[in-house]
Amino acid sequence: MSDQNELDDSPPQDQKLPLDSWHRGQGARMVSFAGYEMPIQYEGIMAEHIWTRENAGLFDVSHMGQVVFTGENADAELEKILPGEIQKLGVNRIRYSLLLAQDGGILDDLMVTRRANDIYAVVNGATKYDDLAYIIDNMPDSVTINLMDDHALLALQGPKAGTALASFIPEVDNLYFMMAGAFALDGMDLWISRSGYTGEDGFEISVAAQHAEKLAGMLCGHEDVKPIGLGARDSLRLEAGLPLYGHDLTPQITPIQADLGFALNKRRREQGGFAGAQRVLGEHKDGAAMKRVGLFVDGRQPLREGAIIVDDAGNEIGQVTSGGFSPSLERPIAMAYVPSELSEEGTVLTAQQRGKPFAVTVTKMPFVPHNYRRKPKA
Amino acid sequence: MSRYFTEDHEWIDVDGNNATVGITNYAQEQLGDVVFVEVPENGKELGKGDDAAVVESVKAASDVYAPVSGTVSEGNVALADDPSLINTDPEGEGWFFKLDLSDTSQLEGLMDEAAYKEFVASL
Repeated sequence: MSDQNELDDSPPQDQKLPLDSWHRGQGARMVSFAGYEMPIQYEGIMAEHIWTRENAGLFDVSHMGQVVFTGENADAELEKILPGEIQKLGVNRIRYSLLLAQDGGILDDLMVTRRANDIYAVVNGATKYDDLAYIIDNMPDSVTINLMDDHALLALQGPKAGTALASFIPEVDNLYFMMAGAFALDGMDLWISRSGYTGEDGFEISVAAQHAEKLAGMLCGHEDVKPIGLGARDSLRLEAGLPLYGHDLTPQITPIQADLGFALNKRRREQGGFAGAQRVLGEHKDGAAMKRVGLFVDGRQPLREGAIIVDDAGNEIGQVTSGGFSPSLERPIAMAYVPSELSEEGTVLTAQQRGKPFAVTVTKMPFVPHNYRRKPKA
Repeated sequence: MSRYFTEDHEWIDVDGNNATVGITNYAQEQLGDVVFVEVPENGKELGKGDDAAVVESVKAASDVYAPVSGTVSEGNVALADDPSLINTDPEGEGWFFKLDLSDTSQLEGLMDEAAYKEFVASL
């Protein structure tokens, strides 16, 4: 038996995160990921996935980069490399955005929060040092950039995340989806964002590294909360239709190809002035040649990243960038790039993996409905 | 009947020229939740080390190799309906395929249960 896939199970030679020994104490199996030793699973991916969809799961995402920008023009300067509306973003409001190369390719995807005195961003772990180099190159000295590598980041996700966290901090009830704020719990200062990567309601909690174990222990002491590994994090985000950087998003992919046009805010579409604007806005107007879509796969065998989409003559016309078995739907699902004219919902295509054909159908994402706690319309 | 083991975490029950092949409990623990299994067709001739079956968990796809040469006499059709048999009973109901052995001398290099246990403990 041998693994064909990308997860490296070899003895890791990686950095340790603040919760390393806590994970091992919880029975985690650790693997190498983004230069760190990370928990891939505790009791099993399927059980952890279902637990998060029905209760609340605690994820350690401390490998991600937490970056703070200070300086008077930080928002306007960031807008030169992000296509999102940052200048008019409300205080303690969060926006999903994309770090763009000068040709419009996606260098990373990130969450940006405007705070009273600075801007807080969370970027991907595997890309954080490259991101910083690029940002520093494109930022005047008047903006100070601080990587908060003395902080851990925990995500609490699931339909019971709200009640679970409110049992410790009742004030988090005031947060709705994509809002954030500063809170305190038992001597710990926490920056809490109501956001996540599972499609469920939930929070991302920034905490000083020395308090990470205490916080994780408190949260998992709640009867509705269990620790969840990276394996279930991947299957949850796939069901939620959320792209994974380095797989579904790369420097060769633009925001419109990735079907992330919502990240181009109105004023920015009208005014441009961001890296790659000419190409990206052109594609926004005229459409891109290819597009990221969701696929249902016939049968039970999963399609994985690297499988291809072929035409009737067997020529490669698209690529599967993420794929796996959906524990919630009990069937294989995938994300792929296909020619835009074949991206309509219901289009039946043929994929090929290790020489074997698979019938696939383009389907709307998310595969499993989002369950965010949105602010009621006034 | 004797049971042999390979370093690829397969087990082989041998009765004369007939062998039954599966993966070990250690292997299923490493794989996690199995969601799909593809077993070889009857009559397929397999050389030692050939790809014989595919097992897919939530996170990964893996090959099962033919631990010895032979002709497939039966694939376990129950796995198509219930691939989780690999997790619940890997060394029993979760067998993969049966082989008519073409060269029983190939069994000589394989491990017995005690040696396999020692091998796993060393990993």
